[in-house]
Amino acid sequence: MTPKPDEKKYWLDDRRNVDRLVYGFYVVCAVIFAIDVFVPKHGPFAIEHLFGFYGWYGFVSCVALVLMAKVLRRMVMRGEDYYDG
Amino acid sequence: MAEVSPGLILIVGALLVPFLRGRLCQVYLVALSMVAFLHLISLENGAGGQMSVLGLSLTMLRVDKLSSLFGYVFLIACFLATIYSLHLRDKIQHVSGLVYAGGALGAVFAGDLVTLFIFWEVTAIASVFLIFAARSHQAYRAGMRYILVQVGSGVLLLSGVLLHYRATGSLAFEHLGLVSPGTTLIFLGFGIKAAFPLLHSWLEDAYPEATVTGTVFLSAFSTKLAIYALARGYAGTELLVPIGAAMTAFPIFYAVIENDLRRVLAYSLNNQLGFMVVGIGVGTELALNGAVAHAFAHIIYKALLFMSMGAVLYRVGTIKGSELGGLYKSMPWTAVFCMVGAASISAFPLFSGFVAKSMIMSAAMKEGYLWTWLILMFASAGVFHHAGIKIPYFAFFAHDSGKRCAEAPANMLVAMALAAVLCIGIGVLPLWFMSILPFEVPYAVYTLDHVVGQMQLLLFSALAFAILMRTGIYPPELPSTNLDVDWFYRRLLLSWVNAAGRAYAAAFDALAGIAKGALGRLIGLLRDQYGPDGRVTRTQPAGAMVFWITALLGAALIVNFI
Repeated sequence: MTPKPDEKKYWLDDRRNVDRLVYGFYVVCAVIFAIDVFVPKHGPFAIEHLFGFYGWYGFVSCVALVLMAKVLRRMVMRGEDYYDG
Repeated sequence: MAEVSPGLILIVGALLVPFLRGRLCQVYLVALSMVAFLHLISLENGAGGQMSVLGLSLTMLRVDKLSSLFGYVFLIACFLATIYSLHLRDKIQHVSGLVYAGGALGAVFAGDLVTLFIFWEVTAIASVFLIFAARSHQAYRAGMRYILVQVGSGVLLLSGVLLHYRATGSLAFEHLGLVSPGTTLIFLGFGIKAAFPLLHSWLEDAYPEATVTGTVFLSAFSTKLAIYALARGYAGTELLVPIGAAMTAFPIFYAVIENDLRRVLAYSLNNQLGFMVVGIGVGTELALNGAVAHAFAHIIYKALLFMSMGAVLYRVGTIKGSELGGLYKSMPWTAVFCMVGAASISAFPLFSGFVAKSMIMSAAMKEGYLWTWLILMFASAGVFHHAGIKIPYFAFFAHDSGKRCAEAPANMLVAMALAAVLCIGIGVLPLWFMSILPFEVPYAVYTLDHVVGQMQLLLFSALAFAILMRTGIYPPELPSTNLDVDWFYRRLLLSWVNAAGRAYAAAFDALAGIAKGALGRLIGLLRDQYGPDGRVTRTQPAGAMVFWITALLGAALIVNFI
């Protein structure tokens, strides 16, 4: 169950490779956001026609989700054996 | 044979399982769902298997596009879960898994409400053994709570059916609508099994306590049977739209902070049901197609996700996010299959979830449900966040927990691979998939605005995750219990029952004290009168008698003499 000291090093074990992945991902995000210029939108809701709506809505949603979940955790979190006591 | 419900093939077939051993038993288990599947595709549309019981005419088999669709996917799920559990020597699990799947199929093909009720209860009773089979104290208690809720849902259903029958004289299971006390009770019975908000916590409570393989069975049938029943009986019921929207949103907050990764999946299951419920509530042909397509796709990718987490639990012995990480080194195939499931549930283009969810979103948009649409978008981003990223990330990547184990057993890998192929197949060939949906509505899945919009939504959700993770804002996985609605009956109600018990005991003691005192006094009184020294029963010496006789004789003599 425990790693041997001479275990093979994986590509992701190198912190710099993780950073490279993340920066590459930022670039992809920027591109997909910019593509919005070329996409015709047909929906009936005005909000959908704002520039990059899906992008910033997704971003704001997730940040709000996590921040609210942290507040929720303060209210509902108990010890692991709460119901066994 | 032509009029036999495919469910009965599994239920009757399961009875033979205890008598088979080894390889033969494994072949038989796999063959059973295949035989039932072949039987299903040979059935023609229409009603069959009619019989008369106690003067009620029952229809065991009603085949149409809606019931067939659920029949197909239930049998696919049963097939996959059976392969996934082939390594087990535990006959209880094999039998209860098959009977459970058979019950769900029987209910889906039921043409009347009484048959529906009977199979409804079969699923409840058969499935609880998949929880008990974990053979732990927690599993036993969670199973008892689960069966109480499930049978309770059946009782509501039966009460509703009786009221409905008295009011209309009909037992047919067709569109019901919220029109009478009877149909309202039926709706509530369905609602419990569909895990409506506030009626949901049995799901998050029980599913993660079941066995590794049991949870895969559980994730497929009960709740989707309820979705089928709602689609059949309550399509277009406006109330379902806000109910479904609430269902998509609130479980994801819990999913973000939950540590048990199978419980995270249970919360996301609840959230996915919300999308289907919204689709049923919107009720247009496109929306209903979307709802049942989502049920179909969801059963497969949810099973895949539970299979991958089950494999981790099986190999590592824990499924707590706080203790896992770096497992891609030990279980690379499981990690890949898990990510296929994650991409499907997140509705990435070219994966199954995208096809189904797009239909529901488009239908809600078309009917002008702005707020519902915004909530569904929020929930979609949230699903990706907690199920799409969190599950694979904390199990297979994150910080290396140092845990090393073997890859999942071959049968588990085969089941996961098949499920993954289906997830991608539906995503890549949506037209083939859409041809089995109940309504013929032309719908273009892969339009430029759909694909770009969805990619923006998902990538920016991932961006939020990456930034929150790298800045340390993201809440860490912590060993914990998070209070949910089940607190009300596991703690509050329990404390009331305990308080009532104590009050009863105190009252009993007080009454018993009074009664004991009274009884003591009565005994004392009797003892005074009749005891060894009592006035009535006291023994007198013979001399005293002689004395008194002498005295009496003397007195008589004196009287005579005078």
